[in-house]
Amino acid sequence: MRNGNGKDKDGFKGAVRSFVASFGWPRIIIALFIVALFFLAPAAKVEIPSALSDVLNRFGMNAVLVLAMVPMVQSGCGLNFGLPIGVIAGLLGSTLAIQVVSVGPLVGIFKPGLPVFILAIILAMPFAALFGWAYGKLLNRVKGDEMIIATYVGWAAVSFMSIMWLILPYSAPTMIWAYKGYQLRSTIAVAGFYDKVLSSFLAIRIGDFVFPTGMILFVALMCLVVWLFFRTKAGTAMTAVGSNPDYARASGVDASRARILSVVASCMLGAVGIIVYQQSYGFIQVYNGPLMAAFPAVAALLIGGASVNKASIVNVVVGTLLYQGMITMTPKVINSLLQSDMAEVLRIIIANGMILYALTRKSKVAR
Amino acid sequence: MDEDCPLLSLEHITKDFDGTVVLSDVSFKLCKGEILGLVGENGAGKTTLMRILFGMPVIAETGGFQGRCCIDGESVDFKSPFDALDAGIGMVHQEFSLISAFTTAENILLNRECTHPSFLNEVFGDRMSVLDRDAIRERAERSIEKLGVKLDPDMLVSEMPVGHKQFTEIAREINRDGIRVLVLDEPTAVLTESEAEVLLSGMRSLADQGISIIFISHRLHEVLEVADRIVVLRDGKLVKDVSAKGVTVKEVSAWMVGRDVEAKRASGAHREFGPEFLRLDKLWVDMPGERVNEVSISVRKGEIFGIGGLAGQGKLGIPNGVMGLQLAGGEALLDGQAIPLNDPRAALSMGMAFVSEDRRGVGLLLDESLDWNIAFTAMQIQDRYLKPFLGSRFLRFRDDRGMRELAQEYVDALEIKCTGVRQRAKELSGGNQQKVCLAKAFAIKPKLLFVSEPTRGIDVGAKRLVLDALLKYNRENGMTIVMISSELEELRSICDRIAIVDEGRVAGILPPEAHLEDFGLLMSGRGATEEARVANA
Repeated sequence: MRNGNGKDKDGFKGAVRSFVASFGWPRIIIALFIVALFFLAPAAKVEIPSALSDVLNRFGMNAVLVLAMVPMVQSGCGLNFGLPIGVIAGLLGSTLAIQVVSVGPLVGIFKPGLPVFILAIILAMPFAALFGWAYGKLLNRVKGDEMIIATYVGWAAVSFMSIMWLILPYSAPTMIWAYKGYQLRSTIAVAGFYDKVLSSFLAIRIGDFVFPTGMILFVALMCLVVWLFFRTKAGTAMTAVGSNPDYARASGVDASRARILSVVASCMLGAVGIIVYQQSYGFIQVYNGPLMAAFPAVAALLIGGASVNKASIVNVVVGTLLYQGMITMTPKVINSLLQSDMAEVLRIIIANGMILYALTRKSKVAR
Repeated sequence: MDEDCPLLSLEHITKDFDGTVVLSDVSFKLCKGEILGLVGENGAGKTTLMRILFGMPVIAETGGFQGRCCIDGESVDFKSPFDALDAGIGMVHQEFSLISAFTTAENILLNRECTHPSFLNEVFGDRMSVLDRDAIRERAERSIEKLGVKLDPDMLVSEMPVGHKQFTEIAREINRDGIRVLVLDEPTAVLTESEAEVLLSGMRSLADQGISIIFISHRLHEVLEVADRIVVLRDGKLVKDVSAKGVTVKEVSAWMVGRDVEAKRASGAHREFGPEFLRLDKLWVDMPGERVNEVSISVRKGEIFGIGGLAGQGKLGIPNGVMGLQLAGGEALLDGQAIPLNDPRAALSMGMAFVSEDRRGVGLLLDESLDWNIAFTAMQIQDRYLKPFLGSRFLRFRDDRGMRELAQEYVDALEIKCTGVRQRAKELSGGNQQKVCLAKAFAIKPKLLFVSEPTRGIDVGAKRLVLDALLKYNRENGMTIVMISSELEELRSICDRIAIVDEGRVAGILPPEAHLEDFGLLMSGRGATEEARVANA
C-alpha cells in the first residue's frame, strides 16, 4: 500500500475482498481457528515447537494421498472415494519389497533405507496400473454415479484383500505372526527397511522442532510431476474431458480412455502416498487399514477449496495443511483443556463434517 | 359455419420473451365444428400461441401476454392448463404423454376412471373406490369409435406402434365431457401415410360432431385436405387468414417462408468450382430426433453447400454422422478417400471440422478460457501448441503462450468481444460464443467445414458477422463449407446450392435463386418429384 489516501484505501479494501473471494471464507475461518489454537496452546501446556513439527509431519505424510485425488477430479470422475484401491497397490508393493529383500532373491542386494523405499514404489506401480485400469473400466460404466460406486468398490477391495493377506505366502519373519509362522500381522514395522528415510533426510532440528526436509521435498517433487503431467497433451485432454466430455469427444479425444488414465494416475499416486505415509509413521497397516484412507484425503482436498470437478495443486497444499493442522491441534489443545481423551471422536467429527459441508456447497458446473 | 357466433376468438395477442417479440397482434376466430389449419415455419410463433391459449404457466412466468382470448364471446384468462381443460379445450402435444405400462383404455380414462364405491370409502373416502374395468373399457371404446379408428382397448401402450399412440392421445382428449376445441400439434408427424389418412378422416368426423379443431402441421397438403380455413403465421405475425378452398400448397408455402425483402446475394454470380470433394453415398445416421435415413449428396471443392429443411427431418444428423458424433453408416468420401465413420478423431485428422449446433453442450468448454477453447482441437489432433521438453519427442508440454497468441489472432480477426483470451467462455454472449466455436474450427485449418445452425440464438448484427466470416474463409482460403440451417434466408444469402432434407432424405437440391414456393414445397414433403432429383443427379 503506497500511501493512505482515500483511493488507495479502496484499493486495499478491494484487494482484501478479492483475496477473500479467491481464498474463500471457509479457509480463512479454519486458518484463523488454527492460529487461535496455537495461541491457546501454552495455556493448555502444549509445546508449540513439537506441535508445529507434528503438523508438518502429518502434512508430509498425507499430502501425496490428497494429491492422488486430483487426476480423477480433473477428468470428471469425482472425488476418489476408492482411494483404498491405490493404497492396496502400495501395500502390495511395500510388503513385497520387504519380502524379497529379507528372504527373497534380493537379500543383500538392497541396502536398508532409500533403496528399499524405491523398490517398494517400483513394485507397487504395476499393481496400481492394473487395479486402476480395472477400476477405471468400472467407473466408465457408471458415469454420473462415480463417487458412490467408488466408495463401495473401495470397501469391497479392502475386504477381499483382508482374505488375501491371510492367504498370500508371505514368509519374511518381520511381517508374519511369530506364533503362527504364516499370515501377515495387522501392523508391520518398517524399521530396518525404510523407516523415516525421507523424514530424516536433511531434517533440520531446532530444539524440539524438526523440519522433515526430505519428505517435504518429496511431496514437492510429486506435486511438480502432477503439475507437469497436466501440462502435457494427455493431461490437457483429461482436463477438457472433466470440463465437458462432449466437447472433448468432438475434438477427437477418447473420453473413456482419458478417464481410465486419470484413475490409473490416481491409483499410482495413492500407492506412492501410502508408502510415504508408512516411512514416516513407521508401520505398514494391512487388513482394514486402507479403509480409513479416503475420507481424510477427500476432506483435506475439499477444505483446500477444490470442487467435485475442479482441483489444483494449490488446493492440495492449502487443504492438507489446514486439515492436518486442525486435526493435530484441536485434539491436543482440547484434550488438555478438558482433561479427557477424545482425539479420535473429534477427528471423525471434523473430517466428516468437512466432507458434508463441501458436498452440500459444491458448485454446479455450467454445461 | 356461422360467422356471427365464434366459439373461440383470439384478439390482438402480443407476446415477447425478454424483449424478443414472438407474437405481435395476432387475431383470429374459430367457429363451431370448424377445422382451422395453423401453419408457419419453425419459430413463427405457433407453439407460443397455443401455449397462451392453453394457459401454460411458462407464459405467466415470462411476463404474460397482451390481448385476450374469448370463448363464447366471454373473455377468459386461464391460470393453468386445468382451467383450459375445464373450459373444454383439449390439446395433443408433439411429444406423447402416455403411461407405457397401462393399456389403451386405462390411458384414455386416466384420472377419470369409472369406479364402484367400496366399504373402504367409509373410512378413507373416494380414493379407495374400486375400478369398474368394464365401464372403463366401454367408455374408451366409445371414444375410439367417435374418432373412427381401430384400436385395441386392452393393448399396452408400450407394445403399440407410434400411430396408435397418437390415436390414444386424441381419444383421451375427446373422451372428456364437454370438449369443444381440440388442438392438434403436429399429430401426423410420426404417422405413416395411411395412418395419417385415417387420422384426417377421424378429424373430419369429429368436426361433423361439432368439435372445433386447430390443426398444426408442416405437411401442407394434409392441412389443405382437411382444413376449412388456413391461418399463416410468419415471424410472429398473422400474414394470411383465408378459406382453404382453392388455395394451393405453393401459395401457402410462399406465404410461410416469403420475406418482404428478397435475400441479398453476395457478389460473384458465376463461380467456378473444383472437382467433387465430399461425397455421401446412402448415409444413414441414428441421431435422436434428427434421423437420417438415406442421404446421397456430392459437394464440389470450393463450394458453399447449404442443407435446409424443417426441424426433426434429419438435416442436423448429416454433419453429426459424418464427423463421427452420432452412430452412422453408409459411405462417405472426402477427396476420394473413405471417411471412417463413428470416429471423430479420424474425421478431424482428414481435414474436416465441425461447428456444432449444440454450442454450449458440444461446442465449448464453458468453464475454461478462450485460448483453451480455441486451441484445444488443434493441439489434440495436429500436435500443435506443444513444446518439446529438453528436445525430447516424447515429453512435450503445453505451449500456453502459443495458445494465447492463436486465440488473440482470432479474437481480433472475428471481433470477439471479451476482456481477454483468458476470459472464460461461459461469460461471453451467444454471438461471441459462436465466434469462438468458429475460431476453434478455423484453427485446425480444415479443408472442409461443417457449420450447423451457425446463427441460432444470436442477434442480427452478430449473424451478419458470422456469415461474413464464413464467406471470407471460403473466398480467401478456398475452404469448402457445408452449412446446415433452419433459416432458409440465411442459406439463400451465402450458399451456392441448397439441399432440402425431408424425412431423413434429400427432397431436392435447388439453386439459391429458386422460387420460395419451390423450397416450401420440398420442405412440406410434396416437392420430392422425380425431375427435381434427376436435375441434380
